[in-house]
Amino acid sequence: MKLSITAPDRRSRTLWTIAGCLILFSAIFIGAWLYGEQALMTSLDARKLPPSWLHPFGTDWLGRDMFARTLAGIRISLGVGLSAAIFSSFIALILGLAAALLGRSVDTVVTWLVDVGMATPHLVLLILISFACGGGARGVIIAVAVSHWPSLTRVIRAEVLALLSSEYVTLSRQLGKGPYWIARRHLLPHVVPQFLVGLLLLFPHAILHSAGLTFLGFGMSPHTPAIGALLADSMRYLSMGLWWLAVAPGLVLIISVKAFDILGNNVRAIMDPKTQRE
Amino acid sequence: MNKGTVVRYLFGKFARLLVLIAAVATLSFVLVSYSPIDPVDAYVGAAVLKISPEQRAVIAQRWGLDRPPVERYLKWAGHLARGDFGISTIFNQPVLAVIGSRFVTSFWLMALAWSISGLLGFGLGLTAGAMEDSLVDRGIRFYAYTMASTPTFWMGMVMLMFFSIYLGWTPVGGAWPLGLSGAQATLGQRLHHLLLPAATLSLIGVAQIALHTREKTIEAVRSDYALFARAQGESTLGIVFQRAVRNVALPAVTLQFASLGELFGGAVLAEQVFAYPGLGRATVEAGIRGDVPLLLGIVLFSTFFVFTGNTLADIIYRLVDPRISGIRRAES
Repeated sequence: MKLSITAPDRRSRTLWTIAGCLILFSAIFIGAWLYGEQALMTSLDARKLPPSWLHPFGTDWLGRDMFARTLAGIRISLGVGLSAAIFSSFIALILGLAAALLGRSVDTVVTWLVDVGMATPHLVLLILISFACGGGARGVIIAVAVSHWPSLTRVIRAEVLALLSSEYVTLSRQLGKGPYWIARRHLLPHVVPQFLVGLLLLFPHAILHSAGLTFLGFGMSPHTPAIGALLADSMRYLSMGLWWLAVAPGLVLIISVKAFDILGNNVRAIMDPKTQRE
Repeated sequence: MNKGTVVRYLFGKFARLLVLIAAVATLSFVLVSYSPIDPVDAYVGAAVLKISPEQRAVIAQRWGLDRPPVERYLKWAGHLARGDFGISTIFNQPVLAVIGSRFVTSFWLMALAWSISGLLGFGLGLTAGAMEDSLVDRGIRFYAYTMASTPTFWMGMVMLMFFSIYLGWTPVGGAWPLGLSGAQATLGQRLHHLLLPAATLSLIGVAQIALHTREKTIEAVRSDYALFARAQGESTLGIVFQRAVRNVALPAVTLQFASLGELFGGAVLAEQVFAYPGLGRATVEAGIRGDVPLLLGIVLFSTFFVFTGNTLADIIYRLVDPRISGIRRAES
C-alpha cells in the first residue's frame, strides 16, 4: 500500500521531468547572467590550469575561466537555436496551413518546395545560406531557420488534411457551420498542440546545427563566443594535452540538447490525449 | 514488370532529377548573388590592402563579375547544361576536377562509416528489440538517444584527444602521412588515417538506424507469425534472428540509403576535425574563402548524391518487397 503512494505515476513523473528541464534552462541563463563578465576576464597567472575546485572546467590559454566561458557560450547557442527554431516553425505553420487550405495548386507548389528543401544535405544548405547572409549570428539564425521547416510543414499539412476529411468535420459542414467556426472549434485545438510539440522537437536540431555551423567558422566572431566557436578555438590546443578545453563544454552542450529532446517528448506525452492519463 | 515500365520508371526519375537540379541551381544562384561577401575580397584575403582598384577591376572582369546578375546566371546555366561548372578560384582548377578528386577521398570515409554504422546499428536494433525493456535494451536506447544529441565534431575531438594524442595510436589528421601525396601512400597508411574519422561517424550514425530497427523488431515480435512460431516452441531470440530479421532488414536498408544526406553533413564536420582533405573540407573552404563556383558545384553535387541515395532506396524496396509489385507503381 505504502509503495503505491510513494511511487509517482507516469503523469506526475512526466510533469517533474518537464519541470527539471525548465529549471536546467533557467539555471543556464541565470548562471550566464551572473558569471558572464568572468568569461572575458583574463588572468595571466592562471593560464592552462586543469579543472579544480576554483575553476571546475579549468582555465584556457589566456587564464579565462572555462566554466564561465561555457555558460556564456551555451547561452548564446541556445538563444541562436531557439530563435532559429521559432522562425522555422512559423514558416512551417504558414506553408503547412496554406498547402492544406488554399487548394490544389498551392498544395502542389508547397509539396514541391518541401522536396526541394530536403534535397540538399542540411549542412551544405546551411553553409550556402550562411555564406549568402555574409556570416554573423544573423546568418546562422537565418540559415538554420530557412533549412529546418520542411519536415514540420509536412506534419502540419498532413494533420490538417486528415482533419478536413474526418467525419466530424464533414458532419459540422453538413450541419451548416461556416469555415471560420470549423477552423476555430475543430482545427485549432488539433493543430496548436502539434505545432508546439513540433517547435519543441525542432530545438535540439536547431541548436546542434547552429553549433556545427559556428564550429566550421561560419557566423559568430570571437567576440561572441558561442559554444561552437569556443570548441573550434580549443581545437588548436588539443595537441598540447589541454583536454578540459573541449570535454566539459561539449558535455554541457549535449546535456542541454538532450534536455530539450526530453522536454519535447514529455510535452508530447502530456498533450497527446492517448497517453495523457497513463 | 516488363522492360517498358522499367524504362519509364528510370526516365521519370531522371526527369525529376533534372527539374530538381534546375530548381536548386536557380535558388542557390539567387542566394549567392545576394551575398555581401565580395568574391574578390575573399579571394585576395590578407593582401586586400596591397592591390589597387585597377587590379580588382581586372580580377572582377576576368570572372565576369562586372556583368549584371541575370546575365551571369544565364551564362552560368548555359555552361552548366554543357557540363562546365567553371573554375574554382581557390584551387585554380575546373570545379568538376576538384569535386571528383575530393570526392574519391571522401568516398572511402563515407563508405566505411556507412557500412559500419549500418551493420552495427542493425545489430544493436535487433538485439534491443528482441530483449524489449531489459537492461540491454535500455542501455542501447540510452546510447542511441545520447548519440542523437551529440555533435559530430565534439565526438571527433574527444576521439582525437584520446586515441591520437593521449594513446598515440592513430595519426592526428590528414588522409595520408605528411610529405607524401595521396598516390604514394600505401593502403595500410590510408586505412590508418581513415580509422578515427570513420569510427566517429559510425558511432554517431548508429543512433537512427538502431532506434528504427528496434521499433520494427518489436512490431515483428508482436505479430501473428511470431505468435504462431512461439506456439510451435520457438524462443523470442529464435523468432527475431531467424524469422523477423528479413522483414526488419528491408526498412533498415532503405533508411540507410535515405540517410546519405546526414552522412554527407557528418563527413563535412568530421573532415574539419581530422583535417581530412575530402569534399567536406572543400565545402567549408569554399564557403569561408568565397569560392562561389566551387560552392555552387558542391551544392549541386550533394543534391545529386542525396537523390541517388533516395532513388536506390526506392528501387531496392520495389525489387525486394513482394507487397509492392515490381516497378509499376513508380509514379504514385
